[in-house]
Amino acid sequence: MGKYRCPGCEYTYDEALGDDHEGYPPGTTFESLPEDFTCPDCAVRYKEDFEPLED
Amino acid sequence: MLTTYTNEVTVMSTTYALQDSERGYIEYTDKKRHLWMSSLALPLFPVLGIALYFAFDSQWMLVIPLLFNYLVIPFLDYALGADENNPPEEIVPQLEQDTYYRVLTWLTVPMHFIVLIAIAWFVGTQDLTLWSVIVLALTAGSYSGLGINTAHELGHKKPELERFLAKIVLAVPAYGHFCIEHNRGHHRDVATPEDPASSRMGESIYKFVLREIPGAARRGWEVEKERLARLGKSEWSVHNDILQSYAISAVLQGGLIIAFGWIMIPFLAIHNFFAWFQLTSANYIEHYGLLRQKEANGRYERCQPHHSWNANYIFSNILLFHLERHSDHHANPTRRYQSLRNFDDIPQLPNGYYGMYILAYIPWLWYRVMDKRVLALPHINGDLSKVNVDPDKRDEIFARFGEGKQAALV
Ligand SMILES: [Zn+2]
Repeated sequence: MGKYRCPGCEYTYDEALGDDHEGYPPGTTFESLPEDFTCPDCAVRYKEDFEPLED
Repeated sequence: MLTTYTNEVTVMSTTYALQDSERGYIEYTDKKRHLWMSSLALPLFPVLGIALYFAFDSQWMLVIPLLFNYLVIPFLDYALGADENNPPEEIVPQLEQDTYYRVLTWLTVPMHFIVLIAIAWFVGTQDLTLWSVIVLALTAGSYSGLGINTAHELGHKKPELERFLAKIVLAVPAYGHFCIEHNRGHHRDVATPEDPASSRMGESIYKFVLREIPGAARRGWEVEKERLARLGKSEWSVHNDILQSYAISAVLQGGLIIAFGWIMIPFLAIHNFFAWFQLTSANYIEHYGLLRQKEANGRYERCQPHHSWNANYIFSNILLFHLERHSDHHANPTRRYQSLRNFDDIPQLPNGYYGMYILAYIPWLWYRVMDKRVLALPHINGDLSKVNVDPDKRDEIFARFGEGKQAALV
């Protein structure tokens, strides 16, 4: 399970946690998020802008 | 990377400093630190007319707060001029951390409830002319419009508490869908023909408002409905953030009708509409005519600093939590008001927002002042294909500003 970060505002999507408020249950892969996914915090960055985090 | 932070608090200001490995020692003193406390004094203005009414026993006094809005504020923007304070980018993280600033926004939330209830009490208990009731409803609506501005500041932030407070304060003007529609809709679609909250060249504010208010409500509801569908919940449930805010509105405004009688129905209708219209006015002037280009992949280019109109006047910026430093806000929507920066070479309005609202209310004057400013922007340079033009006015605008006529602009 990986993490993906918005380069604009640092919102981080953690696949292991999902995003409860947005309705993405734990285990939802970043890949399977909708194509028109924008950053839930800033809405400035699109899905393809997100950067995978190494950990 | 950064090595050391210091943060020296003195009586009137705070100095932030750090050692930057590339740029060396950087220091910034926020001279506006204490000016931001004026947000706590602002509720005095809507009730000032009432105080003067009792002092002088004249209903004419009730009009003073509105005169302040539309005459005194634009004059002070002109007279006090630009805001020279601009925090260096490196200092922004320290400013963001300083909790003093955010507490001020939290404290304004209850004030919006108190002011509406106080003015409603006055309307419900005094023997007033119809004109006085209308003036008071507009005054209350204008202050509740500032409540939408407070909600705007709070609703963009990441902490739960601040998003919760945004939902609460939006209940005063019954505009609970705003934060969702604004954060997830307007910021995504800004400066495109798809955005009901971005105005087009040739579109008057009176035409815009008919597109903006219903369009925003529809988009806000759609965004929330999609989120709830992913959660497997109905949009008609207590989980709907919009309905939660509307429910508080129903209790507040229903309570006022029960307490002060039928007069509250027209009073609240005017109040609500005028509060919404404050937001409409801001939306109208913030992106007028500006257009993001479509890229090869079908997406719009990312919102750039030249996709927002700014006003760097100190007085109205203090009233509006730096809303007028709008380009930085769209580049960094979660950035807190105290850290928003001004830049050279971004679209600048010739007065603060309140002065520009008056121009917007007189469409021919607005076009006269603004259309040539749109076309003179360096990235547009007279090219109408880079302007967000009202389709109904397209022929007229192309005839007036189209090819070969650019010389007339200069
Ligand atoms: Zn983001």
